[in-house]
Amino acid sequence: MIELSDLRKTFGAVKAVDGVSFTARDGEITGLLGPNGAGKTTTLRMLYTLMKPETGHIRVDGIDIASDPTGARRRLGVLPDARGLYKRLTARENIEYFGRLHGLDEGTLKARTEALIAALGIADIAERRTEGFSNGQRVKTAIARALVHDPRNVLLDEPTNGLDVMATRALRQFMLKLRDEGRCVLFSSHIMQEVAALCDRIVVIARGRVVAQGTPDELRRQAGDDNLEEAFVKIIGTEEGLSL
Amino acid sequence: MSPWKVVFWKEVRENARDKRTMFSTFVLGTLMGPVLFAVLISLVISVQLERAEKPLELPVIGAEHAPNLIAWMKTRGVVIEEAPADPEAAIRKRDEDAVLRVPAAYAEEWRAGQPATLELIVDRSQQKAEQTVRRVEQMIAEYSSLTATQRLLVRGISPQVVQPVLIADVDQSTPQSRGGMLLAMLPYLLILTVFAGGSYLATDATAGERERQSLEPLLVNPVGRGEIMAGKLLATLAFALASLAISLTAFALSTPLFPVEKIGIVVKLGPAECAQLFLLVAPLGLIGAGLLTTVSAYAKSFREAQTYNTLLILLPAIPSMLMALNPVKPADWMYALPLLSHQLVIEQTVRGEGVALWQAGLSIGTTLLVGLVIAFVAMRIYHREHLAISA
Repeated sequence: MIELSDLRKTFGAVKAVDGVSFTARDGEITGLLGPNGAGKTTTLRMLYTLMKPETGHIRVDGIDIASDPTGARRRLGVLPDARGLYKRLTARENIEYFGRLHGLDEGTLKARTEALIAALGIADIAERRTEGFSNGQRVKTAIARALVHDPRNVLLDEPTNGLDVMATRALRQFMLKLRDEGRCVLFSSHIMQEVAALCDRIVVIARGRVVAQGTPDELRRQAGDDNLEEAFVKIIGTEEGLSL
Repeated sequence: MSPWKVVFWKEVRENARDKRTMFSTFVLGTLMGPVLFAVLISLVISVQLERAEKPLELPVIGAEHAPNLIAWMKTRGVVIEEAPADPEAAIRKRDEDAVLRVPAAYAEEWRAGQPATLELIVDRSQQKAEQTVRRVEQMIAEYSSLTATQRLLVRGISPQVVQPVLIADVDQSTPQSRGGMLLAMLPYLLILTVFAGGSYLATDATAGERERQSLEPLLVNPVGRGEIMAGKLLATLAFALASLAISLTAFALSTPLFPVEKIGIVVKLGPAECAQLFLLVAPLGLIGAGLLTTVSAYAKSFREAQTYNTLLILLPAIPSMLMALNPVKPADWMYALPLLSHQLVIEQTVRGEGVALWQAGLSIGTTLLVGLVIAFVAMRIYHREHLAISA
């Protein structure tokens, strides 16, 4: 479970994140929907301790990340916006590198790596150096790398960005699987359909603020529109920076 | 395995797979010094041998005014040549090293017992001509003194009268120390190897990692940034020390191939000296790796880091150049300054003078201390929030 309360972050004069609070629960997919530049990535970066919030608290499974950032990171699996792989290492070596940094013993590491390679369907590329991978192959490898330590909480920043239809569908299936395993899945997106199709709860964010949150039904009711995508546009006030 | 070890081995393995890094680090970087040095040594040897053994050729204008001098010079093996039409131009164009002109007044002055003037046309800024000019001057001085002695003897005076003071040249240079002059550039070549050896890895491991968007995911792992930095810094150090070892081995193997003893010097660069040099120069690797890592973390892009790091490699050249332009007597405090102390202890080693234990200890100690301070600065920069933010 992930709890954020009253997060703020400014860059110069720009209030990138301006009082964001929400909770992402275990066994649910929580979607962070907002146009490009709304503050989604900055919120997630504060959540996975890359940046320090100016005010507010973040708790991961009850652990305050300001007082125990390392403990919080152990409980997080993160696919950041930056998802570069080491191109002179094979996909498997990329995954194992992160597993060793998590301190996994060799037996657990082997078992976890095999399980993720099978679950993500990347057995055919596992022994290949990642140079020249397609976007889909890169994202799958990066996800396996992020989940090698079997985290309870999974953060994905715009996971389907740049993926083709096949890869996007596979990734959505995988996210549902993570949820069904009882994990807390939090992902950001500017694609309305994706959020509508996947999420148990939706947090709509615009100009650094949470402008609405709730289940899809609650959001439809709040906007007074049966079409969820229309509801999003009404809530945010513009279509700019969003995709269908 | 501790996280820093995980990072260390990953960096070493990843860079070992890059043919370009391996080639530029361990072939170009390490052999450049020994090859440059070998070329220089053989050049010095061949020039010195040629100059010393070649008969002196001297174009003379107005030889008919001084037949005795010319005849005497010929008995001393000088080949008297026809002078060029414009001797000044010939010297300026470096066609000739020196031209002797005997003025028409020479014979008259000689007969009158006055100093007879000869003109030696030379260009003092020409290093190539130095040896020839010196040989001509020595020969004329010898002729002059011979004539003076004869004149005194004719008058019944002991020639010793005109030599109240005599300088006896007691040269204290040993064959090794003369070789050391030839080896004056060795300190820079070795120090350069240590800096350059880790340069590519340091740039790649921090600025490159950020540019390829993998630093952010790396920092999300439950590992302190200090540990990640330490692994990368130590990998840089490992590459730097490997470069140094290869370079020294190449020196040890190649130096005996050159007949330096023919020009009267001994170069001490055997396995024992090379092992000592490794111990003395290795601590500098920490400063190099620390600076390279700091700069790579500070730079905004890979290109910027590359540019800075290329300039950084030139940093150790500064003490070497100062010492070459303005050689100073080694003072005790100099052994406490990294780079300067290395200049001194390396030179002492190759000159065969030996390095005192306190000199080595002071140099190694202060270098490690400065290295640790720089590593600490690198760690501070690693903790900055925007380190990982590439976009």
